[in-house]
Amino acid sequence: MKHFLLATTLIFSAPAAMACETVTIGDLTVEHAWSKATIGAGRPGVFYVEIKNSGTTDDALVGITTPAAGMPMLHETVVQDGIASMPHAMSVPVPAGQSVQLAPGGYHGMLMELTTALKEGDSFPVTLSFEKSGEVTVNVDVLSLRAEGPDCADAGQ
Amino acid sequence: MRLRSLQIILWIAATAAVITFLAVRWWPATDDTATADSAFMPTFALADSEGRMRTTAEFRGKFLLVFFGFTSCPDVCPTTLSEVAQVMDDLGSAAGSVQPIFISIDPERDRRLGLADYTTAFHPAILALAGSEEDTKSAAASFKIFYEQEADTSSPDGYTMAHSPSLYLIGPDGEWLRQFTYGTSAAEIVSDLLTRL
Repeated sequence: MKHFLLATTLIFSAPAAMACETVTIGDLTVEHAWSKATIGAGRPGVFYVEIKNSGTTDDALVGITTPAAGMPMLHETVVQDGIASMPHAMSVPVPAGQSVQLAPGGYHGMLMELTTALKEGDSFPVTLSFEKSGEVTVNVDVLSLRAEGPDCADAGQ
Repeated sequence: MRLRSLQIILWIAATAAVITFLAVRWWPATDDTATADSAFMPTFALADSEGRMRTTAEFRGKFLLVFFGFTSCPDVCPTTLSEVAQVMDDLGSAAGSVQPIFISIDPERDRRLGLADYTTAFHPAILALAGSEEDTKSAAASFKIFYEQEADTSSPDGYTMAHSPSLYLIGPDGEWLRQFTYGTSAAEIVSDLLTRL
């Protein structure tokens, strides 16, 4: 019974834990990769992540690819003079010694031409391309439509 | 002497009238977030997802939480919809006095993608409206909000919509009360609403 409970706990905690997975490439640490459930596949999904640059050289996120979407791109939500728009971001700067967040209301990955609807509890890989550090792949957790971010102990939210 | 009393009474009446006028004229402006005078009554007449015409008049007696957006927007609109859903949950038994209304500024595409399925997934209380281009323009003009289609090859169907992302609160008599700017937390909105309900 004890083992059963433990196994059950692990199974149910696994999805939440994955967004808290950390991958590194060179001086960059990539973590808290998450997305939101979508209603069907006709509308774009979203991709959020945190990138920390502990090195002394500036870097930049220049692109994302994923098998989950035919046309993933980086965008930035800009609210200026009371108007919200979402220009395409050619790259997201990751300055030396700093952290950047792709988070609601700011930079985000826009996953267009989804191959399938994103369901809460699913996960899919996204490969991030950095100007200097190269490519790294993270697992992205699909959280609920109304999620505000992954629930990680060290998320600092 | 009687004439003099009459004069005094008239002066008092005139002064009272001026004070009343000033109070009515300036009272809304003393509310730190009110942005319009008491005569501002924005309206809409737009089709819902079943094609029925819905107008501001049918919601008299309720507070309206109105916001404009489009469903192909992955970041801003879901964030606002989530906030509104949270507000409705947190209002508890008072939720019946508040009607949240999502007005599509991209009505043709939103009707095609399925409007009600989308907003219901956030909260079943949210009423989604997508009228004709003309009706949408009239509603936006009435609420004094801005929206514009922008060509963008990096967006679905080659365009995206820029728009005012605020929430607008309309009172039970149809009068504009205030706006909640983008990013206002659900808790702040709920506490404001509870002081009015």
